Amino acid sequence: MRIKCPYCGERDLGEFTYLGAADLKRPDPSSAGAPAAFFDYVYMRENPAGPLAELWYHGGGCRSWLRVVRDTRNHEIEGVELAKPEGGAQ
Amino acid sequence: MTSPETSQEPFRLTTGGVIDRKRTLRFTFDGENYTGHPGDTLASALLANGERLVGRSFKYHRPRGIFSAGSEEPNALVELRTGARREPNTRATMVELYDGLEAASQNRWPSLKFDVQSINGLLSPFFGAGFYYKTFMWPAEFWKLVYEPLIRRSAGLGRAATETDPDHYEKAFAHCDVLVIGSGPAGLMAALTAARSGARVILAEEDFMFGGRLLSERLAIDGKPARDWPRAVLAELRSLDTVRLMPRTAIYGVYDGGTYGAVERVADHLPVPPEHRPRQRSWRIVAKRAVLASGAIERGITFSGNDLPGITLGSAVRSYLNRFGVAPGRRAIVFTTSDDGWATARDLAANGVAVAAVVDPRKEGIETKGAGPWPVFLGAEVKQAQGGQKLRSVIVRDDRGLETEIACDLLAVSNGWNPTLHLSCHLGGKPVWHEALSAFIPGSVPKGIAVGGAAAGHLTLAEALQDGARLGAEAASDTGFAAATAPANPAVGREETALSVPLWRVHGGRGAAFVDLQNDVTAKDIELAFQEGYGASEHVKRYTTLGMGTDQGKTANVTALGVLSELTGQPIPAIGTTGFRPPYTPITWGALAGHHRGKDFRPKRLPPSHAWAEENGAVFADAGLWLRAQWYQRPGETLQRSIAREAAAVRLSVGVCDVSTLGKIDIQGPDAATLLDRVYTNKFSTLKVGRTRYGLMLREDGFAMDDGTTARLGEQHFIMTTTTANAGKVMQHLELCRQVLWPDLDVRLVSVSDHWAQYAVAGPRSRDVLAKLVDAPFDISNEGFPRMAAGELTICGGVPARLFRVSFSGELAYEIAVPAHYGDAAIRALMQAGAEYGITPYGTEALNALRIEKGHVGGPEINGQTTARDLGLAGMVSGDKDCVGRVLAERPALLDPARPILVGVKPIDPSQALTAGSHFIPVGAAATAANDQGYLTSVAFSPVLGQDIGIGFLARGRERMGERIRAVDLLRGHDVECVVTSPIFYDPEGERTRA
Repeated sequence: MRIKCPYCGERDLGEFTYLGAADLKRPDPSSAGAPAAFFDYVYMRENPAGPLAELWYHGGGCRSWLRVVRDTRNHEIEGVELAKPEGGAQ
Repeated sequence: MTSPETSQEPFRLTTGGVIDRKRTLRFTFDGENYTGHPGDTLASALLANGERLVGRSFKYHRPRGIFSAGSEEPNALVELRTGARREPNTRATMVELYDGLEAASQNRWPSLKFDVQSINGLLSPFFGAGFYYKTFMWPAEFWKLVYEPLIRRSAGLGRAATETDPDHYEKAFAHCDVLVIGSGPAGLMAALTAARSGARVILAEEDFMFGGRLLSERLAIDGKPARDWPRAVLAELRSLDTVRLMPRTAIYGVYDGGTYGAVERVADHLPVPPEHRPRQRSWRIVAKRAVLASGAIERGITFSGNDLPGITLGSAVRSYLNRFGVAPGRRAIVFTTSDDGWATARDLAANGVAVAAVVDPRKEGIETKGAGPWPVFLGAEVKQAQGGQKLRSVIVRDDRGLETEIACDLLAVSNGWNPTLHLSCHLGGKPVWHEALSAFIPGSVPKGIAVGGAAAGHLTLAEALQDGARLGAEAASDTGFAAATAPANPAVGREETALSVPLWRVHGGRGAAFVDLQNDVTAKDIELAFQEGYGASEHVKRYTTLGMGTDQGKTANVTALGVLSELTGQPIPAIGTTGFRPPYTPITWGALAGHHRGKDFRPKRLPPSHAWAEENGAVFADAGLWLRAQWYQRPGETLQRSIAREAAAVRLSVGVCDVSTLGKIDIQGPDAATLLDRVYTNKFSTLKVGRTRYGLMLREDGFAMDDGTTARLGEQHFIMTTTTANAGKVMQHLELCRQVLWPDLDVRLVSVSDHWAQYAVAGPRSRDVLAKLVDAPFDISNEGFPRMAAGELTICGGVPARLFRVSFSGELAYEIAVPAHYGDAAIRALMQAGAEYGITPYGTEALNALRIEKGHVGGPEINGQTTARDLGLAGMVSGDKDCVGRVLAERPALLDPARPILVGVKPIDPSQALTAGSHFIPVGAAATAANDQGYLTSVAFSPVLGQDIGIGFLARGRERMGERIRAVDLLRGHDVECVVTSPIFYDPEGERTRA
C-alpha cells in the first residue's frame, strides 16, 4: 500500500503506523455519562466494508497524524489529509 | 545432424538456436561429466547430451524427464550445487548453464536409474487420493513416532542445505511509470512504445534472455526471422536512460497501490557470486501502470503413461529445436488438439528429426495443415505411452478404434494454452472462462494493470504486437506522456491459430494417467475424490494435493477441471477455478530476508559509550534495538559477583551508567505545560523552572503506559524522558494528543533521544566527581542544586550540558547529558574525575538490582496490565484535573481491593533463588490457576540484603505484610516460600538521595 503524505509525498506502507477509525471525539470527562462515553470512545469502532476514514501516523517521515480514507475492501485510498485541522495552532 | 565439434552432445543440432557455440561449458549431473554452451539451460544441455531421465516423482518415485522449457516445469527438479550452497527443487528448465555447474537428481535411492521406492509405483492402486488420511489413522501415537517420519523420508522432494548459506541477498526499491512484465512480442512492443514517449519503463523478464516465444518459434517479422527482432528493440531500449531492463527477474506478486514484488537472480548463473554482489535481490517495484505480457503455458493431455521421460509439451519441443539447437529425440510423434502441433511437426522435420506420426483427435477443418510426409491420424488418440525409464512407443487408437503401436522416443503433446494470468488474480481478480479458447482469461484485473498478448488470450504474434503497442501507448499517456513516434506495426507472416479442441482425458489405457505430474495426481485420483464427495475444485485440490508444490499446478489445474467436468457433466465455468496467490514462482527465504539475518536481523543502535564499554570488558545485551552494557566483567568474575561489585560501588562510593537509551522528547510552546498535565496523571503546570518531576502516563483505557522524569528548563520548555522501550510509542502518543485530540494546543515536540548522551552518576561521591567537571560559576552543592533540580550548564571548559538530580538507584545521584558527539569524551572524563573515588561503571544488571532494592517499577511492572493503583502509585493521580486514562482507570473492576498490587517478597531461606514470572500461591494450597494470587515480575540478588528479592503483584498485597506466600514456577520447577514485604527494601525514607 502507498500513502500520499501531504508533506512527504507518496510513501511506502512501512513508514506508517495504523491507529483505527479517525474522527476521534474524546468525550467530556466531567459529564455525567463520562464512563460509558469513554468506554465507547476507547473500545467501539466502526468496521464498514467500504470507505473508512482512518488515522495513520507517519512515524517514518514527518510524524504527522493523517486522516486517510481507505476502502477496506480493496485498500484503495480515496484521500489523505493532515488530521490536525486547518486553522489549528501551527 | 550432430556436428563434429559437439560430438559429445549427440542431440545437439548443427545449426540454429541462440546459443554461443564457440564456447563450451562443462557441468556434471549425478557425477557424470557433460558439456553445453552459454545460452543453454540445464534442461537443454541435458537433452543435448541425450539425458532423458532426470528425476523421480514425488510419491511413486516414477522416472521423470523434462516436460517443459520454462517456469511451469513440474518434473525436472534437481538439486543444484553442493555443500552450503546446495539448493533443492530447482527447475532444470530455469537453471542457466554455467561452467562448473553441479547438479544432482533427487528423491531417489540408491540411484536415479535404480530406485528402491519405485515399488510405490507398482502399489499405486493402494496409494490413491486420501491414502495417507485413510491409512495412517491409528493408533494415534503411531502418527508422530512411526508414520510421519516414514512418510517424510519416502515422499517429498529435495534436501535443503544444512549449513549456513554463505551468500548475501539484498532488498531494493524501484519506481517507474510503466512496468512491463514479460518480454515476448507484446512486452517488447509495450516497453518500446512507452519508452519512446519518455515514460520511465522497467522491463522485467523471468528468463535470462529477452524475447519470450519469439526465441522459440520459426516466425517472421518484417520478412526477417522473428528471433532476431528483439535484438533491435533491446538496442533501442538500452540506449534510453529512462529504461531499466531486468532479465532474470520474476515478478512474483502484485500488491496494493501499484506495488510489485520481484526477485532478481543476480548471480544464480554463476558458480559463486562475485565479491560484493548478492546472490539474489528482492525488489519492491512501484509502478504507476503495468502491462502484463506474461504469455501462456501450454497444456498436456492425460493418458496412460503420459509421464514417461520423452513426453514433452509441443511448445517446449519447438523451444529446444529453435532456441537451444537441441533435438529432444530422434523419432517423434506429435499428439495435438491444436494447430500448434502441426508447427511442431514441421519444425521437427526441418531439423532432421523423423516424424513418425501426427495424431490429432480433431477431424474437421485441419486437412490443409497436414503438409508433410508423415502418417496422419485424424480423429485419433494416443491411448497409452510405453517404456521403462524412457518412452519407447505409443499406442494410437484411430477413429475406428483400431490400435497401432508406433515406436518413438519423443512425444510432443499440444492441448491448447492457458494464459499466464496468475498476477491478475493476486488482488482478488477472478479469471473468466473463454469458450473459444477453452481457457481462463483474466477477468477483473487490478487497477493500473492491463493485460496483453497471450496472457490475455490473444495467441497470435500479430495480436501480441498490436496489444503491446496499444497498451504501451495507453500506459504512457495515463502517466502523462504523450505518444511520440509510435513504432511502426511490424508485418508478420501468415499464422495458424492456436485454438484447440481440448482433450482432457484419454480413456482405456493401461497404467496411471497423470493430471498433475509434480504431485503424482492421476485422473483416477480425481475420480476417487469425486466419488468420495470431494468433487468441488477446492476439495479436489486438498484431497489429492493437486496444484500444490513448486509449480502450483501451472500445467495441471485446468486439465483437472476438464477431468472433473467430464465426471460431473458440468461445464468448466460451472465448476469454478482456484485463484492464485503470490508467489507466482518459488522464491528463496534468502531473498525475502535480504540482509536481515543473524546479528543483522534488526538494525542495531549503539549508545555513545559503546566503544569505551567494549574497551572495558562490558558484556552486552539487547534492549530493543539497543545494545547495552549488561555488566562489566573483570577477569575471572562471575555475573553475580560483578553485579554485587558494581552495585556496591554505587551504594558506597560512586558508579556511572550510560542511560542515553532513554527516550528524550523536547517539548516547547505556550501550551507545553497543559499538554503534560493532560498526558501525565500528575501535574506539571506547577513544576518550577529548573526542577524535575517523576511522571506516570496512562493509556486511555486506564492502564499505565510509561513513566519517566520530565524537567522544566524554561517557562515554555520541557524535556521529557521515557523508558528505553517506549520512546517511539510515547512520541507517537504525544503527537496524537497534540495533533488529533487537542489540535488547539500550541506546542511542538521533537525527539532528541539520539542527540544527547546521558550518564547516570550515582552514589555518595557522585557530587564530588561532577564538581570536578562542572565549569565555574555553576553551583551544584546540595543547596545550590537540590534533589530534583535540573539545569543547563557547561562542563570541561565549555561543553554544553544538562544536569538533572534524579535517582533511580536510591542514592545521591545525577544524570548528566552532553551532545551525543561528546558522549565518548564525557564517559572518559567522568572515569578520570572519579578515579580517586574508585568510580565503577555499572551495567543494566546492577541498575536493575539497585532499582528493585528501591521498589522502583520498570518495564516488567508497567506491562500493559497494571494501573497506577496496582503499581502503588495511586497517589500520583491528581484529583483535580483530567488526564488521558483517568476516567476508565476508575472502572469498578480496576479499583477492586482484591486486585493484585505491588509488594516485595523475599525467600524465608535466604539461600533460595527467585525466578521472575513465578506465581503467588498460598502456603499449603495446590499450585493451580484457582489458587493463583498474583505474580512476580522482577527479581534480583540484593547485594545489600545478601539474598534474592523480588517485586510483583499480590492480591490484597498491602494488607498482607509479613504473611507467607509461595512463589511457584512450574516451568522451571521452583517453589519458594517467601515473606511479603514492602516493595522498598532499602532506605524506605529516601534519606540517601537528599544527602
